[in-house]
Amino acid sequence: MALQVKCATSFFFKVVNVAKVIVVTSGKGGVGKTTTSASFSTGLAMRGNRTVVIDFDVGLRNLDLIMGCERRVVYDIINVINGEASLNQALIKDKNCDNLYVLPASQTRDKEALKLEGVGKILDELKESFDFIVCDSPAGIESGAFNAMYYADEALVVTNPEVSSVRDSDRILGILAAKSKRAVDGAEPVKEHLLVTRYDPKRVNSGEMLSVADIQEILRIPLLGVIPESQMVLQASNSGTPAIHLEKSDVAEAYRDVVGRFMGEALPMRFTTEKAGFFKRLLGGN
Amino acid sequence: MNSEAPVFKIKTGHLPVLLLHVLTTDLELLKAQLALRLRQTPDFFASTPIVLELTAIADSAGAPDFSGLVAFMREHGMCASGVTGGSEDQRAAAVKSGLGLYPDAQIRIAMRRSTDGQGDASGEHRAAVATTATSPPEAAVLQVQPELPGLSGESASVAPVQPEISRDAAHPAAQERAVVRPTLVIDKPVRTGQSIYAEGANLVLLAIANAGSELIADGDIHVYAPLRGKAIAGAHGNQSARIFVNRLEAELLSIAGCFKVFEDGLPEAVRGKPAQIHLEGNRLVMQPLLD
Ligand SMILES: Nc1ncnc2c1ncn2[C@@H]1O[C@H](COP(=O)(O)OP(=O)(O)OP(=O)(O)O)[C@@H](O)[C@H]1O
Ligand SMILES: [Mg+2]
Repeated sequence: MALQVKCATSFFFKVVNVAKVIVVTSGKGGVGKTTTSASFSTGLAMRGNRTVVIDFDVGLRNLDLIMGCERRVVYDIINVINGEASLNQALIKDKNCDNLYVLPASQTRDKEALKLEGVGKILDELKESFDFIVCDSPAGIESGAFNAMYYADEALVVTNPEVSSVRDSDRILGILAAKSKRAVDGAEPVKEHLLVTRYDPKRVNSGEMLSVADIQEILRIPLLGVIPESQMVLQASNSGTPAIHLEKSDVAEAYRDVVGRFMGEALPMRFTTEKAGFFKRLLGGN
Repeated sequence: MNSEAPVFKIKTGHLPVLLLHVLTTDLELLKAQLALRLRQTPDFFASTPIVLELTAIADSAGAPDFSGLVAFMREHGMCASGVTGGSEDQRAAAVKSGLGLYPDAQIRIAMRRSTDGQGDASGEHRAAVATTATSPPEAAVLQVQPELPGLSGESASVAPVQPEISRDAAHPAAQERAVVRPTLVIDKPVRTGQSIYAEGANLVLLAIANAGSELIADGDIHVYAPLRGKAIAGAHGNQSARIFVNRLEAELLSIAGCFKVFEDGLPEAVRGKPAQIHLEGNRLVMQPLLD
């Protein structure tokens, strides 16, 4: 079955020859962009798509840690832009998935070394050998975030259920709609997806956090998925394994649903309501 | 990149700008007062471009020491970009110090708080900022464009400026623009940090205007979705301009410079409802729209 999917998708992309650039962005920091980039790119690759995930967080490299490949980083994106290494030298093959590669960020260089033109060149080169290019954006709305989003065809806007995060996502959506390459060229707009992460239905019910409906009411873009808050995310990143690989975990299932929906499957939303606790179940309440 | 492909474009833009009204030619006094003000809000001007408004000192002999003033402002994060108003000598002195010349325009009455507005201190502070940031000089549209020959395809619709009336005269009705511009219709959300200006026209928005966004029109504003940001109608002083919204959740409403802010929320009668806003004298009136 897995094989069948693989053949079908790679066949499709060879014929139509459209590599997609997807930015994972948020404005606000620490909302789960890198966690999402790692799991989303892994999920795409597990379905047979040739996928590369790029860390744009120059100076604060951590995608490689979450992907568990930090010891294999020799060259980074800035070496490639400066012509000090080829893409092939810099790309790191993922330890779990055959179709997945990581292009790490530099830990030592300063951010100014990353220029829009250089990024464009790298993406064009990557488009020749990959189906999906996932860009893990740094926080903020400065040049780093702009570099990551400028060439995007689609955007996963990662939002936590709190007002400041929603506000920043709104700002990022405004920038995508006005300043991305697609906007500047007057092309079809960047396709926007809302991804609500660190969702805690209990705290939503108690009014401490915004609900998915509240967030959608403000941002008004299609919802791609809801990732529940889970202790296991930290465990996964400590062990250098993307959360989507976790066994028997809501987070992993939620990320798999996200990838499924992204690939066009109609899957119902899960993990948006409070789990019935042990005593509640025992007492038959709901 | 192809070396023949154009690598620049010149276009007119309409950006809100802060005006520093200079009320004295005594630079030391000016510096002292500015320093005092800036000490209270040290990061207020983070590299903000500032235009020096010289109308108040136009009749004084001599010019302030612009080079000294610019250097002092720069130290405090304010970038003086040019001057407006002032005498011939003062404008010449400004140019010598590397400042640009903005068209000499009589400054419109400042935005004023609606007479029944809440008068808390923080509101007043915002008022001062809103005044200069969002209330362009009167007849700026009439006067700006002739000074940028060839840069705008729209100058045909602009009445020529007669220099002798440029300072104090009230502009006669005949000078109002004769051409009605088509309504600006926007069908995409206006999001935090975005600003839309319908110059000399009405503005119709078919999508949300979120908190932290800004809608500005010289005519009316219609929003057929929730309005959560700022809406500034009649931006050039048209007192009969109105705002119509499908769901009123605004942060600020203004008509012809008369504005209200809603830090503590909107009145119950209109909050979250279809509403219209118009001016009665100095009072901004908000009414639910009945069906
Ligand atoms: N679903 C989740 N449940 C619990 N914790 C999470 C979840 N998603 C992310 N986290 C935690 O939140 C923190 C920030 O996550 P992550 O690094 O992915 O965010 P980011 O948006 O990339 O941050 P930055 O803006 O610094 O790049 C990490 O400690 C991570 O373990
Ligand atoms: Mg990150």
